[in-house]
Amino acid sequence: MLSKSRTAKMLALAATGSLLFSGCASGSDTPEASTNGTTTITWWHNSNNGEGKAYYEKVAKDFEATHQGVDIEVNAMQHEDMLTKLDAAFQSGDTPDVYMERGGGELAAHVEAGLTKDLSEQASEELKFLGDTAGGWQIDGKTYALPYSLGAAGFWYNKALFKKAGVDKAPETWQDLLDASDKLKKAGITPISVGAGDKWPAAHYWYYAAVRECAQQTLADSVTNMDFSDQCFVKAGEDVDQLIKTEPFNPGFLSTPAQSGPTSASGLLATGKVAMELAGHWEPGVMQGLTEDGKGLGKNTGWFSFPAIEGGQGDPKAQLGGGDAWAVAQDAPDEAVEFAKYMVSEKVQKGFAELDMGLPTNPKAKDSVADPALVSMMDVRDKAPYFQLYFDTAFGASVGGAMNDQIALLFAGKSDAQKIVDASQDAADLEK
Amino acid sequence: MIPTVAQEVSFVSSSRTDDADPNPVSVTQPTRIKSVKAKERRRKPADKRKNLEILFFISPALILIAVFMLLPIIQAVRFSVYNWKGFGPLVDFVGLKNYARVLQNEVFTDAMIHNLIIIGGSIALQLPIGLGIALLLNRKMKIQSLLRTIIFVPYVLSEVIAGVIWFQLLQPQYGVVDTIISKLGIQGPAQGWLGTPELALWTVLAVLTWKYLGLAVILFLAGLQGVPSELYEAAQIDGASWWQIQRKITIPLLGPTLRTWGFLSMIGSLQLFDMVWILTGGGPANSTTTMASFLVSEGTKRQNFGVAAAASVILFVVALILAVSYQQFVLKRDSQPDDERTKPKKVKA
Repeated sequence: MLSKSRTAKMLALAATGSLLFSGCASGSDTPEASTNGTTTITWWHNSNNGEGKAYYEKVAKDFEATHQGVDIEVNAMQHEDMLTKLDAAFQSGDTPDVYMERGGGELAAHVEAGLTKDLSEQASEELKFLGDTAGGWQIDGKTYALPYSLGAAGFWYNKALFKKAGVDKAPETWQDLLDASDKLKKAGITPISVGAGDKWPAAHYWYYAAVRECAQQTLADSVTNMDFSDQCFVKAGEDVDQLIKTEPFNPGFLSTPAQSGPTSASGLLATGKVAMELAGHWEPGVMQGLTEDGKGLGKNTGWFSFPAIEGGQGDPKAQLGGGDAWAVAQDAPDEAVEFAKYMVSEKVQKGFAELDMGLPTNPKAKDSVADPALVSMMDVRDKAPYFQLYFDTAFGASVGGAMNDQIALLFAGKSDAQKIVDASQDAADLEK
Repeated sequence: MIPTVAQEVSFVSSSRTDDADPNPVSVTQPTRIKSVKAKERRRKPADKRKNLEILFFISPALILIAVFMLLPIIQAVRFSVYNWKGFGPLVDFVGLKNYARVLQNEVFTDAMIHNLIIIGGSIALQLPIGLGIALLLNRKMKIQSLLRTIIFVPYVLSEVIAGVIWFQLLQPQYGVVDTIISKLGIQGPAQGWLGTPELALWTVLAVLTWKYLGLAVILFLAGLQGVPSELYEAAQIDGASWWQIQRKITIPLLGPTLRTWGFLSMIGSLQLFDMVWILTGGGPANSTTTMASFLVSEGTKRQNFGVAAAASVILFVVALILAVSYQQFVLKRDSQPDDERTKPKKVKA
């Protein structure tokens, strides 16, 4: 009797124990572990809509076909979701093998923590043709990611609505912009959509105003020294405030998201509810995903550069922007590096350009860009005397976050030009 | 009169069983303790086996609690004294600086006030409305169960789904809410219900009330089932009106349920995150930031994980203090053995 119950207990104990241990074991195994000779590469990207998603699936298949024993696990995510998940991945140390880096202070932090692989040696061929475009992903002379899309931010606009309101010429100066907005309003059209709910779309106005107001050297120094004492930064805030006071933005812009859903800032532009939006090179792709026919604004898509500001110290042709680059995790297999290199190859970049998924960095793929608006932007990008990385990327999440929060408050009428500078400086001082 | 007697009977019987617990501190029953101790000694081997058995069967639960509750709490405390970006080793020790940064941050102190407004607002709105609906639904009627289901549906819905639906309904101009009220000739706020800093928190509160009213009603209805029908009959015989019966019998006897619900509501409001995050993300102009949404945006958006951890520890302490004092001052009367509570009444009678 006793022995029987004891055996039963031992069995139960063994069963529970094995359950517990198997639970632990499955948690700690490495994704690269090869059981039957195949290497699995995890790849995260943010082309989660329509053609772009299908194209990347095809790219992964093509790579698998030419590389025996490589299996690519593709994960397409919405942009913001991906950033959140990447943060969690960095925290746990279990980063995807190939992922997106935006350069600047963010990349520097990842490199410092030893999360990102130095690609200078293995991708030396690619770096030759990428040239200057890889600059944003270089730290101390080493390159940590291969840029596949690099674009300037600017105003995307609806040509038909501009015509309807009698705005014949894309605005070139700050006053032109204010006038155009006025004309649009008189024609009963909401001039601009901005996703101030996500903060960074609102912040882009301030960044760009600062690029126009501040001299090139001042900008460069402020990034290296984390110093915002120059008066041009306050002026930038005053310019943006002037625009906000004319009330050009879509109703409810304070809670409008950037690009998720038809009521987001991009959605409003894509569905013809507003005339323009300040956004990056990703906008056509985003708009395509937000319209039923998958075409976005189609032929009505127009682009103009951020207008010149009178009296500003910056070059009116200078561009604010950013790019996306493929980075490889420190502990990823060599095949992952091969895959990142393949992603910037002529073949992949051409297809990428043909679908208007972004602005290709491979010079041989530049002619494949179909969208005339993107072509005009690429011209501006290539002719820009200098290129400023988005501030929140350049300064890193902590300073960038404080800056963006305060700029969003300005949009809500709860802050002023000086407070933006003060909040940014306070956050920067904590970093030093 | 009648209810107190009935209560007393039940409480007396329950307090008897309480006394049966061996209480080593008590000096009034030395003989009993001795006998219990002697018994313990005699049954020691068996007890040891029994304890092992208990340990064995609760250990999975204990392990889960340790891994998913205790460990994260300890980790949060550890992170909170470092300057940490969310990856890499913990090296930059800053002591209590992160706590100072959180407490000096206006956004956080405002967030605490928002939490308090939501606690107060939830109780002030849901208690009378919930009680009213529960009393109505407690009467015999034809579509009683259908009505109960309808009231309870929002609570069953996932908070995120409910949030997304309301976010779309509340869109300025194009949203359903604005369309309906504009048909009535009322203009919705220009920035929308969620985009106007002065209205956003109240809008969130309204959505929360819609969402959690079902829980209050269901709990109150369950409490109402526990009110013995003899009391109603007796009151009716005495000629009490419906109002008098509710006021003198139903609500007093519903006390323990109301207090328990108040506790749940308070803790839920303190930890409020999902609904705010979906509806407003804490904006516009930080007007709906709660302590939880503050710490999440500090952590995930700004990568100030040290500051976020400090905020989370503060939230934990605030919640703990409120919970313990609520237990101590409000809920205790429901669980304590009730001589003290009934004595004065007896004197009165």
